[in-house]
Amino acid sequence: MLIERFNYDNRIVRNFAIATVLWGIVGMLVGLWAALQIPFPGLNGGEYLSFGRIRPLHTNAVIFAFVGNGIFMGLYYSLQRLCKARMFSDLLSSLHFWGWQLIIVLAAVTLPLGMTSGKEYAELEWPIDILITLVWVVFAINMFGTIIKRRERHMYVAIWFFIATVITVAVLHIVNSIEIPVSLTKSYPVYAGVQDALVQWWYGHNAVAFFLTTPYLGLMYYFVPKAANRPVYSYRLSIIHFWALIFLYIWAGPHHLLYTSLPDWAQSLGVVFSIMLIAPSWGGMINGLLTLRGAWDKVREDVVLKFFVVAITAYGMSTFEGPMLSLKNVNAISHFTDWTIAHVHIGGLGWNGMLTFGILYWLIPRIYRKDLHSKKLAGFHFWIATLGILFYAIPMYWAGFTQNLMWKEFTEEGVLRYPNFLETVTQLVPMYKLRALGGGLYLIGALVMVYNLVLTMKAGTLNAEEPAEAQKLEKLAAEPAGHWHRWIERRPIQMLLFSTVLILIGGAVEMIPTFLIKSNIPTIESVKPYTPLELQGRDIYVREGCYTCHSQMVRPFRSETERYGEYSKSGEYVYDHPFQWGSKRTGPDLQRLGGKYPNIWHYHHMIDPQSMSPGSLMPEYSWLAENDLDISSTPGKIQAMQTLGVPYPAGYDQRANADLAKQAASIADDLNKNGAGIESNKEMIAMIAYLQRLGTDIKAKPLNGN
Amino acid sequence: MFARNLETIAGIGIYPLISLLIFFGFFSVLILYLVKADKQAMDRSSQIPLQINETSETSDQL
Repeated sequence: MLIERFNYDNRIVRNFAIATVLWGIVGMLVGLWAALQIPFPGLNGGEYLSFGRIRPLHTNAVIFAFVGNGIFMGLYYSLQRLCKARMFSDLLSSLHFWGWQLIIVLAAVTLPLGMTSGKEYAELEWPIDILITLVWVVFAINMFGTIIKRRERHMYVAIWFFIATVITVAVLHIVNSIEIPVSLTKSYPVYAGVQDALVQWWYGHNAVAFFLTTPYLGLMYYFVPKAANRPVYSYRLSIIHFWALIFLYIWAGPHHLLYTSLPDWAQSLGVVFSIMLIAPSWGGMINGLLTLRGAWDKVREDVVLKFFVVAITAYGMSTFEGPMLSLKNVNAISHFTDWTIAHVHIGGLGWNGMLTFGILYWLIPRIYRKDLHSKKLAGFHFWIATLGILFYAIPMYWAGFTQNLMWKEFTEEGVLRYPNFLETVTQLVPMYKLRALGGGLYLIGALVMVYNLVLTMKAGTLNAEEPAEAQKLEKLAAEPAGHWHRWIERRPIQMLLFSTVLILIGGAVEMIPTFLIKSNIPTIESVKPYTPLELQGRDIYVREGCYTCHSQMVRPFRSETERYGEYSKSGEYVYDHPFQWGSKRTGPDLQRLGGKYPNIWHYHHMIDPQSMSPGSLMPEYSWLAENDLDISSTPGKIQAMQTLGVPYPAGYDQRANADLAKQAASIADDLNKNGAGIESNKEMIAMIAYLQRLGTDIKAKPLNGN
Repeated sequence: MFARNLETIAGIGIYPLISLLIFFGFFSVLILYLVKADKQAMDRSSQIPLQINETSETSDQL
């Protein structure tokens, strides 16, 4: 028996831990700010800090910076111990760490500058997308290298979840980010309209699945048994949990698009698989909670276990709620309202946040060889965070229900009781304030944790190179008789391939028919490409993040067709790179906005929304009237669109700016006749041109074909 | 619904059936394996996180 001595690398774990805490605070602070911007529109800080740019900053910061670093912290700690091996390469660990932090910094700079691809949770522009891919490959090599040189023959179930995470996130990121660059900071996705929506929500849903869930389940399967000092309740259940979860999750994306123009069959597939997801999700929750069987007395004493119990309970709650929200009749109520916001924060604050805090409180004292500075403060953190979650979620559920009931209420005479959308929003202002209070409480708890952990770290010293020893893994002379699953449990590469096949089946079955079969997206002859000015205006719409509050999707409900007009058809979006359907209506749907108001209304509404809609919560966009429109980009944009199959005539890229100037002049004339006093070369003109075009194509001529 | 969109492909009807069989088969075999699985092997696997191989004195004693 050959015993090998080696050292675990705790420095990289410590680095990721610091990054987790730091970006967590930043992400929550930005979230709190965004939350306050809604009830207090004055907090929108001009061009670079308005809600439409701050909200993507918040979501990217908490998902990829806070939870991302949290994953790597827990993974680098647990993987080394589960493999009884040091990380494969210190250089790769370091590249991974600094590369990821560079991505975060670039995101924090580019998003407020309005450099965005306009796709939720995938807003970062193409150069950063490439960087993410490279850093992810570094991470993958480092992880598989470690697994391959491990000294423990069996790969513990946590490692399977890590493997599925690495491969699926790579597939999702690459497929969703295929885009045509126009400049260093601007690109168009190759997909348009319905297809872009399907790819985006296949990505968006599985970002939740494979970034916020599977890696954290891996961490749960390691840290909960560690903290409770007893093995997982059922290892068998964990095997079913793993395979069922990765197989089913990948299909569920279309449940974000119910009642939209996505083909019905794809919607139905999304619903069915979402319902099936309850089984593995609850299997996992039960497995986590029952690990504490016979140890519940410890939960009373041990703050780490308290955090874990709330985290796993929140996982159970949101994975029950998720399938319920996927039912079409429930989704008809919840979608576009704050219910969705409540749902994701049960997951984010409850599952990811509380599990991360628990791991930090468990891990920092161990790698610093020092007891936690204050258990009392950690207990305080636990209670204020739990309270914060409740104060966050309950008002948002209330707001979601209220708003939907108001949207759908008709008078006895058969007209909308609240025809003015604004009434359904101002009603929610007290709930928005309470939500911000909840978020504030949660943030205070996190700050207390920072204080507690910093004092712990100061009192101890980092055990950067932790000595360990394990028996060298001998090559087996012959494969022991056993089952095929036992076989795959020892083989990381085969596990990788098998997981990949499983996740690809779901994606391929949903996407390929939508892409290949013409009848899925009936074309409408009167739908024409955007004029150059409208195209520029659309890019400003994307830049300002209008989709964070406005949808462009009238669902086929009477309450919506009464309010907005004709319901949306898939054929209307064929030139939309990217699609801008949105997922939340803090403001009204804009799909049929074109022609509804005169140009001058839009002008005043952009400069001072409250002047046109008293009580409006919309931020002002006065810089659009000051900034010159950059028309040097027009030929490049037209060429990119032509490459993507938008039927501009050959050579149009060179003539486009002449058409643009003509259209701009006519809009500026109209505005100036009404006393605006604006030149035709301002961004405002392009924005108005786009808004006036929205949804007007099908009014132009009767529908052709379908 | 699903079949209507795909009916232009010859013999497409067999695909959903194959998918269902793969799905059903995989999970049937998996469950069968787990029911019959060696209890000791399962217990050994589930003990992996609890094995202590750090030699420094502090680990897991806090």
